[in-house]
Amino acid sequence: MQQFTQNLLEYLGWSINETLALAVLLVLAATVIVLFISLPIAGILTFAERKVAGHAQSRMGPNRVLGHGFFQWAADGIKLVLKEDIIPAKADQLLFRYAPYLVVMGFCGTLVCIPFADLWIGADLNVGMLYVMAIGSLATAGIIMSGWASNNKWSALGGLRAAAQIISYEIPTGLGVLVVVLMSQSLSLQTIVERQGGGWGIFGWNFWPWNNVFATIASFIYFTASLAEINRTPFDIPEAESELVSGYNTEYSGIRFGMFFVAEFGNVFVLSAFVTALFFGGWHVPFIASWLQEVDWSFLPLIGHFCETFDLPYRLAGATVFMLKATFFMFFILFLRWTLPRVRVDQLMEMNWEYLVPIGIFSVLGTALWMLV
Amino acid sequence: MATDGRECIDTEEMYLSMGPQHPSTHGVIRFILRTDSEIVQECRPDVGYLHRGIEKLAEGLTYQQFLPYTDRLDYLAALNYNLGWCLTVERLGGLEVARRSEYLRVITAELTRIASHLIALGSLSLDMGASTPFTYCIREREFINDLFEELCGNRLLYNYVRIGGVSQDLPVRWDQRCLKFLDYFAPRVDEFNDLISYQKIFIHRLIDVGVISAETAISYGLVGPNLRGSGVDWDLRRDEPYSIYPELDFKVCVPRGLRGTMGDCYHRYWVRIWEMGESAKIIRQCLAGLPEGEIISRVPKSLKLPKGELYLRTEAPRGELGFHLVSDGGKTPYRVKVRNGSFSSLAIMNEVVRGLMIPDVVAVFGSFDVVAPEVDR
Repeated sequence: MQQFTQNLLEYLGWSINETLALAVLLVLAATVIVLFISLPIAGILTFAERKVAGHAQSRMGPNRVLGHGFFQWAADGIKLVLKEDIIPAKADQLLFRYAPYLVVMGFCGTLVCIPFADLWIGADLNVGMLYVMAIGSLATAGIIMSGWASNNKWSALGGLRAAAQIISYEIPTGLGVLVVVLMSQSLSLQTIVERQGGGWGIFGWNFWPWNNVFATIASFIYFTASLAEINRTPFDIPEAESELVSGYNTEYSGIRFGMFFVAEFGNVFVLSAFVTALFFGGWHVPFIASWLQEVDWSFLPLIGHFCETFDLPYRLAGATVFMLKATFFMFFILFLRWTLPRVRVDQLMEMNWEYLVPIGIFSVLGTALWMLV
Repeated sequence: MATDGRECIDTEEMYLSMGPQHPSTHGVIRFILRTDSEIVQECRPDVGYLHRGIEKLAEGLTYQQFLPYTDRLDYLAALNYNLGWCLTVERLGGLEVARRSEYLRVITAELTRIASHLIALGSLSLDMGASTPFTYCIREREFINDLFEELCGNRLLYNYVRIGGVSQDLPVRWDQRCLKFLDYFAPRVDEFNDLISYQKIFIHRLIDVGVISAETAISYGLVGPNLRGSGVDWDLRRDEPYSIYPELDFKVCVPRGLRGTMGDCYHRYWVRIWEMGESAKIIRQCLAGLPEGEIISRVPKSLKLPKGELYLRTEAPRGELGFHLVSDGGKTPYRVKVRNGSFSSLAIMNEVVRGLMIPDVVAVFGSFDVVAPEVDR
């Protein structure tokens, strides 16, 4: 990102104070992330979800707002912003107000580390995966806060369930990540993706699960545990609408409810993106990657120079591949939601401690041995 | 000293008001739960939010006038209530019933049973967090609603059965459309089973949850599918026959040895799935043997029943539906009492859900298939 901005600033011929530039950059990045990435991603996913639900349930889904209801999500967003923001009189005002921000921050923070394409990453931290797991946990705090602050027994139950569930499921998630880290010997997302290319893989893809049977197990574990971490069906027990009314967000309305919603759907994208990056080769373009890089694109009119400077065609192709894979997982998650019932809270814990964690440890040990041999 | 950790932590019980506005207390029923975190210690059903005093209203209405009110007793199985009321009045008054109408009554009653069970199954799976099976159920039920709309103009509260017969004869080719629906319906049940009944998570949510032994079920007065789910072979259609049921060949669905324990939620669920098939069988037989003739016998406009009282029970989708009718010889009933399955299902709630978790309360309550207006009347 930094290199990208430097390039961009040079390209535009700007020269400003470095510190000021950094501050402007930060504000800009935050705005861009929230307004142009998070909201549309979450919004379009809600639309996709409602369409998927509609077709799964032999009904239409949204079909009124512009092209086949595509802008339904925008209309819904505007509605949520315009609605009254009700705060219960006996709620803990401060916690109640700030909890949604934490949840959204947890989601937006992880976006920084998603490797969309070669070099196209918010910040290629050398502790990338650690950072992602840490900042993702902010959402847990937000959910517990909201459950507690609502002064509603259903919300409190939802918050407590979320605490138990998310914290327990961090462990198998972490074990899944650990397998990847062991294999790629790096915590940086870009390195993890890079190391999955080349080799003897098909299409120039050399995914970890194809490489090593333990990584295959780990990919399943990571996917399942992450589903539980982002509270998606069949593990959506913290909000379990048929049991806990709406769980931790029962008392929320208006834009604060919208924030929970954005985070929930944004997390679906984040999960898919990380599954893609960690286990399924990220942005590696099959067949034509080297050709895309070798061709001198400056022959193109107008955008030629720009293309060549930023290696645009190659990166765009990478981003497309990445997004396609992520979309596959997103739709998989959506289909899951409209097919499966919800597990009970004790069954959820049982599954974690009796199956996922032992299998996770087994796959970590197996991978370690594999790496030694 | 063995401890489960509870002694070390200071826990507090809390009261949780589940309902009347709660997604899973179908209609407006309220449970006052005394819980230790999520473990239910006590469940007190609080009924009466839908009380309309229909039993009292009956005392001011003639026998025919009360008919539309019986629809409102249970909006998911309105026709069975029509039928129960008409049978009671007919038996007390010794009135004759047109032969053809007996068949039409059974056909429509069994169609209603299918529709009602569809809602029961669908809403149970909705309570378990799967919303797609519910829409499948609604889709199938829509065909039944269409059939009824053709038949009597109404889709929910049919008011079709009359004292002495039924209000309308079949429209042209209605019987063929009905058969077509039954042909369409059988594979749909298999599809539904594939989607949800054999679903592993669903099974694990229901088996061994809310187990009711046969003795407990009988002592609490559980009726209908809930009673049969506990393994009691009891169906009023066979054991206290009314209308033309003795002439029909059908099986009473009592599960024997499914997964889990006899009398758990999963058994009650399966009883309903099987009963839909049996109902379809009954409808086919009735359509095949449908006699020609009048659809309603001559009944005086101002009907006066002889002095006396009668308790007649029929098998509604939610089990035994009894009308206790006391007549003092006038144009209106002296007293009417309705006995139904939902009320006794609620009575047993506390016994069953004690020690279970809140999600299980939802499962047990869903498996009982309680309809709020039937409880409150």
